Amino acid sequence: MKKSRRSFLQIAGVSALGLGLKPVADLVAAPAEHGEAPAERVLKNEAALKAKQWAMVIDTRMFESAADLEPIIEACHKIHNVPSIDHPRHEIKWIWEEEFKHAFPTQELRFLPERIEHLPFLVLCNHCEDPPCVRACPTKATFKREDGIVLMDFHRCIGCRFCMAACPYGSRSFNFRDPRPFIKETNLKFPTRMKGVVEKCNFCAERLAVGQMPACVEASNGALTFGDLEDPESDVRKLLSENFTIRRKQALGTGPAVYYII
Amino acid sequence: MNNTRTFYDGGKVITGLVIFVVLVTFPFWYNHGKAAPAPEPQLTEKAKAEKACIRPKNEMKSAHMQILNNWRNNVVRNADRIHETADGKRFEMSLSNTCVDCHSNKADFCDRCHNYVAVNPYCWNCHIDNPKETSK
Ligand code: HEC
Ligand code: HEC
Ligand code: HEC
Repeated sequence: MKKSRRSFLQIAGVSALGLGLKPVADLVAAPAEHGEAPAERVLKNEAALKAKQWAMVIDTRMFESAADLEPIIEACHKIHNVPSIDHPRHEIKWIWEEEFKHAFPTQELRFLPERIEHLPFLVLCNHCEDPPCVRACPTKATFKREDGIVLMDFHRCIGCRFCMAACPYGSRSFNFRDPRPFIKETNLKFPTRMKGVVEKCNFCAERLAVGQMPACVEASNGALTFGDLEDPESDVRKLLSENFTIRRKQALGTGPAVYYII
Repeated sequence: MNNTRTFYDGGKVITGLVIFVVLVTFPFWYNHGKAAPAPEPQLTEKAKAEKACIRPKNEMKSAHMQILNNWRNNVVRNADRIHETADGKRFEMSLSNTCVDCHSNKADFCDRCHNYVAVNPYCWNCHIDNPKETSK
């Protein structure tokens, strides 16, 4: 069969028109499908705490020694089933203590005040405003939630550890071995993790969801304050407006959401 | 050419064939009529008292994996933690704290059925499978 160029162009034109119409037709058809809304639905707990960007202020003036930090770390690690593995390269930590010079290496001070030099600082995931780990993750297992929390979806984590390389704060730990034998007392309400996934602090997403403050904040006797950074009336904003605060490695531009009153 | 060909060693060949066919079909007739019966999942007293699952039984049978997948995405990624059923009942969307709270006989319920259909969900590497008992 021989076709003239003319008839070929006509058919091609009509086909192109048809393709162009498809999205329009879909749009018209779509509302009908959405019309029969399923009776089943999912919702948030009414008591859930909400924010635009959760943030924490740590008042280091209220700490004197490692003993003051111990109960705070303990509270977190206990409810989240964080194992205590002694091996320094296998250890898992969500919140831990660090010397000033390691926590704030860019804060150049030749002579540190005595108190600061020997004070242990509480460090944890900074839940950055522009988190480098999220950009590094190839599976979107780590992501920034609407309320600013940088969360891990353990179901998607493939254990590639790009996020660990991307995090400038060392906030992430890798499960080199099955953590279960190293959990002293399992909290049966919260899942453990398994060999081969990365983990870190989740700003107690599971507690905020039922209207509770993070466990570390609750255990800190007021040294830790938690609230919405975008709300000028929040407790954290009040503290920030009344006190001089620093953040870890601020110059990197990650926008850490954990502030320290020195 | 002579059309009648001789079948050398006919007896041996046929015996061999019969043995071969019997061996090859052995698994079929040996198991004939003895297919392992599908296990009847056992309900706990608590589940019996509650009468209904999240959805009708047939849907649970065929779609519980999709439901669980939706649950975990809703909880972890959207921060929605409550599931309201068609008749208005509310459940916390949790594998250990909801499913395994009602079906606390996980070994007799989930596992038996999964063994039968040869699926082995890896969820229990992390999710607690005996949330009611004190820690192991
Ligand atoms: C690497 C560990 C890990 C594995 C494996 C895992 N989960 Fe999870 N899962 C978690 C963690 C941690 C949470 C977060 C809990 C929270 O925030 O309350 C979670 C949350 C969930 C939730 C919502 C909250 C809850 O308490 O249940 C569901 C549902 C869920 N997972 C289902 C599954 C299913 C189904 C599988 C198996 C196909 C699975 N998970 C495998 C770690 C895991
Ligand atoms: C309130 C208690 C309750 C909760 C919570 C619950 N179930 Fe059920 N489940 C039941 C009852 C009762 C039945 C039996 C329903 C029937 O016989 O009509 C059932 C039936 C089932 C069945 C079908 C069993 C069969 O006989 O074939 C499956 C599969 C199942 N549930 C899985 C789940 C999963 C997965 C979850 C969590 C998402 C869950 N159930 C949560 C009470 C519960
Ligand atoms: C009536 C039998 C039956 C019961 C009871 C049952 N399951 Fe299943 N389940 C299945 C079948 C069949 C599949 C596999 C479907 C497939 O491969 O497509 C499956 C798959 C799953 C999966 C997905 C596994 C994967 O690797 O993709 C999860 C998670 C799961 N079941 C959880 C549960 C839990 C939790 C319970 C108990 C509360 C339960 N099931 C009870 C039959 C059952």
